[in-house]
Amino acid sequence: MLVERWISARIQLRVGPRHTGPYGTLQTVADIVKLLMKEDVRPVQADAMAFRLGPMLTAVPAVMSFAVIPFGAPLIMRDLNVGVLYFLAVPGVTAVGLLLAGWASYDNYSFLGGLRSSAQFISYEIPRTLVVVGVAMLAGSLRMSDVLEAQRSVPFVLLLPLGFVVYIVTTLAEINRTPFDIPEAESELVAGYHTEYSGFRWALFFLAEYGALFAASGFAAVLFLGGGNGPLLPPFVWFLIKTLAIVFLNMWVRWTLPRFRSDQLMRLAWKVFLPLSLVNLVLAGLVLQAVN
Amino acid sequence: MINPTVDLVIQFGLMFAIGAVLALALMAVSHRLAPTSRNPNKGQPYECGVLPQEDSRLPFNVHFYLVAVLFVLFDLEAVFMYPWALALRSIGLLGLVEMLIFIFILLVGYFYAWKKGVLEWE
Repeated sequence: MLVERWISARIQLRVGPRHTGPYGTLQTVADIVKLLMKEDVRPVQADAMAFRLGPMLTAVPAVMSFAVIPFGAPLIMRDLNVGVLYFLAVPGVTAVGLLLAGWASYDNYSFLGGLRSSAQFISYEIPRTLVVVGVAMLAGSLRMSDVLEAQRSVPFVLLLPLGFVVYIVTTLAEINRTPFDIPEAESELVAGYHTEYSGFRWALFFLAEYGALFAASGFAAVLFLGGGNGPLLPPFVWFLIKTLAIVFLNMWVRWTLPRFRSDQLMRLAWKVFLPLSLVNLVLAGLVLQAVN
Repeated sequence: MINPTVDLVIQFGLMFAIGAVLALALMAVSHRLAPTSRNPNKGQPYECGVLPQEDSRLPFNVHFYLVAVLFVLFDLEAVFMYPWALALRSIGLLGLVEMLIFIFILLVGYFYAWKKGVLEWE
């Protein structure tokens, strides 16, 4: 978060956090403490149960998705034989959380924001899932360590450049980051599904977003960049370098591009990325035939 | 020796518990630290101080529903592709051609939806 603020400041020619701790390094801690001490307001008409459940349903999957990320050779919580599928499925629960949060708030902005968020989420879920099929074809396995092993000589980004691009863009959309953060577009929907949230309940949404960003970037590093594979340095360091490179790319895009309109966004998902992901699938099949 | 499936369920249950406990604990800490001042106006929906005129359980655009239906179709199809992707090494070129035929049939429906304007948003 701190790094994001630094990067945004550099891009916008500002200074960024400087005063909290040496060079502003404690800014994140200060932010969290501040958020912990904020009042938690719940609208009277809101559905209490759903209002509480919404942020939980976005935060918990974000934590759970880290279970199958291989941080380095032995550093993986569980090397599931369907690890790739697990990673696509678990964060999917987030869509329910967003919808629930928006609906429970009993506020027009929240309601529309929640609807749009979940519509966008499921629209981009399809090209994303289809692109990962290409990786599964080349690796011949859904186990994370097998996917890494298959990339020992050539990372998949060289074999499936199109797939990599589609994956990165759809991931941006999936975790509601600019230029795909239309559900939170300030100018039309205030803050979208979390308009009525304050204090730490609101912070849970943000923590979930950052958790999802890191998990999805790590996943991309594993699927396309060969994760911990690399010369000299230990696997963990390689994994971290690749993941952070993708995270940086995300932030760079966020602070550089303007926001899309909602209709453009849906059109992009269905009319551009869906066909592209099918093309990627066919390409992956051809690559596999060529290799064999 | 514990059953591996049970072991797996326990581990993911643990992962779920970590996430949930983390979130709940932070909420509890916040509950202790945060000030509370009751004010009837705070409970109103955010509307820049204006009282909302209508119920906010609005009827919404049927488009969202159509998107959800399309999502179910395409995502199911994508999930069916995973076993095929894993088996592709052994079924070879024939398997690829068969999948291309399947995708073609799927595209017929896709273009039907396109022509019907399901993918258009105003």
